[in-house]
Amino acid sequence: MAKAGEKSGGSGNKGLKRKAATEERQEAAVAEHGTTESGVQPSKAAAFPPGFSVSEIKNKQRRHLMFSRWKQQQRKEKLAAKKKLKKEREALGDKAPPKPIPKTIDNQRVYDETIVDPNDEEVAYDEATDEFASYFNRQTSPKILITTSDRPHGRTVRLCEQLSTVIPNSHVYYRRGLALKKIIPQCISRDFTDLIVINEDRKIPNGLILSHLPNGPTAHFKMSSVHLRKEIKRRGKDPTEHIPEIILNNFTTRLGHSVGRMFASLFPHNPQFIGRQVATFHNQRDYIFFRFHRYIFKSEKKVGIQELGPRFTLKLRSLQKGTFDSKYGEYEWVHKPREMDTSRRKFHL
Amino acid sequence: MAAAAARWNHVWVGTDTGILKGVNLQRKQAANFTPSGQPRREEAVSALCWGAGGETQILVGCADGTVKHFSTEEGRFQGQRHCSGGEGIFRGLAQVDGTLITCVDSGILRVWHDNDKEASSDPLLELRVGPGVCRMRQDPVRHHMVATGGKENALKVWDLQGSEEPVFRAKNVRNDWLDLRVPIWDQDIQFLPESQKLVTCTGYHQVRVYDPASPQRRPVLEATYGEYPLTAMTLTPGGNSVIVGNTHGQLAEIDLRQGRLLVCLKGLAGSVRGLQCHPSKPLLASCGLDRVLRVHRIRNPRGLDHKVYLKSQLNCLLLSGRDNWEDEPQEPQEPNKVPSEDTETDELWASLEAAAKRKLPDLEQSQGALQTRQRKKKRPGSTSS
Repeated sequence: MAKAGEKSGGSGNKGLKRKAATEERQEAAVAEHGTTESGVQPSKAAAFPPGFSVSEIKNKQRRHLMFSRWKQQQRKEKLAAKKKLKKEREALGDKAPPKPIPKTIDNQRVYDETIVDPNDEEVAYDEATDEFASYFNRQTSPKILITTSDRPHGRTVRLCEQLSTVIPNSHVYYRRGLALKKIIPQCISRDFTDLIVINEDRKIPNGLILSHLPNGPTAHFKMSSVHLRKEIKRRGKDPTEHIPEIILNNFTTRLGHSVGRMFASLFPHNPQFIGRQVATFHNQRDYIFFRFHRYIFKSEKKVGIQELGPRFTLKLRSLQKGTFDSKYGEYEWVHKPREMDTSRRKFHL
Repeated sequence: MAAAAARWNHVWVGTDTGILKGVNLQRKQAANFTPSGQPRREEAVSALCWGAGGETQILVGCADGTVKHFSTEEGRFQGQRHCSGGEGIFRGLAQVDGTLITCVDSGILRVWHDNDKEASSDPLLELRVGPGVCRMRQDPVRHHMVATGGKENALKVWDLQGSEEPVFRAKNVRNDWLDLRVPIWDQDIQFLPESQKLVTCTGYHQVRVYDPASPQRRPVLEATYGEYPLTAMTLTPGGNSVIVGNTHGQLAEIDLRQGRLLVCLKGLAGSVRGLQCHPSKPLLASCGLDRVLRVHRIRNPRGLDHKVYLKSQLNCLLLSGRDNWEDEPQEPQEPNKVPSEDTETDELWASLEAAAKRKLPDLEQSQGALQTRQRKKKRPGSTSS
């Protein structure tokens, strides 16, 4: 019968799954592509004339079927290739070529000329005499003022309280609708070194302004993914009064260095190792992850950590030279999404 | 080497750490020059201007009140003079006929003798311009006229050879629609060529044109751009528009005939501190707090030409106005190049040696051209010193 012939002819691809469907498909296929082959049975690949793609089949069900078969075939081939490669590696043993490193966005990061070379004298001088010099020369010790935007809700208030336990020598004050430009001279006269303002929107904290006080830079961050203490699973007991250690990860560029130094200047210089507490600012792909842990050395090589305090993620929006003055201040760096975010492999911190 | 090549630098930039950087865009090199060999923040460069004799000398105004002479021919600082008096950093530096004009933040404008012998002498002329000066600019055509302006310090044009009173004193605009006084904050001033007009850009994002020749003391034209204070301004070749930069790193070209925005240039991430256009080529050099010197092309096609990371915050710049952008004539290069190339091309030309005597000059020139062509292929690139 013609149909039978067509059936066998059209089943160029692997196995017949649904005979009814395939019959119809074959007829359609034959009808659509007149030159569809009959002597195709033996060849398993390319049963159709070149230039034919699965997407040209108008019928959605049949198209889907053809596509899923193609996908299964691809998966089988891939698995077979993997097995073969594994066998070859085992066979070669020590002489096997090293495994290729998978490409990740962090690996493929575009070369940034502003990455600081530790031997660079000019940058070293710049850093040694910038606004944080007095902190790094141990001349001043930090005193932080934490406040929020006006009329904060519960989450923000609790975050401020928890932050004040994490950052030693910090004081939380209620922002009674006062202007920051008026608060800042008062802070300076009372010897505060830093001002943290947590901005709140729709009852959740979403921004952080960190201003170094006498005349230092002001950084404006977007804050996301805020978890208070009770929302952290398997956490340890509340942090003690011991001064924590700080870890600053991955702040490589010049801008990253400035921001890293800003964070470092929040904490006093003398960490108390008895407390075993550590605050980590980890920068990855321009997002800064803040975590607060307590660690314990179980043996020479094994460490256990318990997460304590709040956890949040920051992204730098702008770094302004001078204390907070968003209208008339001069900006050292402003994040411009349409100009700076064009490449997925380019990061600024 | 750096000293010898200093004359060919296209852009000179002054930084916050006291280093004067010379950037050669053709060879993509940046060189640091410091008066004392070490960067010092007390010597932060706040004003730069060309000295006497074309572009062979640069006058560097530092934060400690000294004006240093730098020679581009020799590539080193030659002398300095202490221009004392008045608090604040230099807001304007100019020189005319062997005298030096300085203006500081507190409003004291002084004219000094530029002789090294009389380094500690008193100023020839002293004027009080008013406190809070942000810029003093000298008229490029009539060198004895200077204009000053600042925060709550309206634009004034002074004739240094004339009386102690300003020749032109600008009047503030009318009260705004709420009947409130409009504050004044002139951040940068430029003299328009071929007329007596002046353009200023203000910290309240306005660009204003004043005409001393007209009876009206108020601005003749006012245009606004953006929402942030405009910090720097430069005239474009052609004289019909200005390019302004603000504290957010936005650059815009504003047409002065109609007072409207023409184009915006992108790329800067920090506040613009220095802007200068080349007098004939469509090139714009900009520097700012993001520590990068950028050279944009402002016409056909518009875009970024060069970007140079310079490690310190940049305060002011000087763009060389020379037409010949290519540096160095062939001679100093040849002795360096010929020995290295000889080995490669020896075999090639050995056979042609008989006829080679006439061909050798062609060989060197063509190789020179090849080298520059290869160098050009690498553009646009970035350099670091």
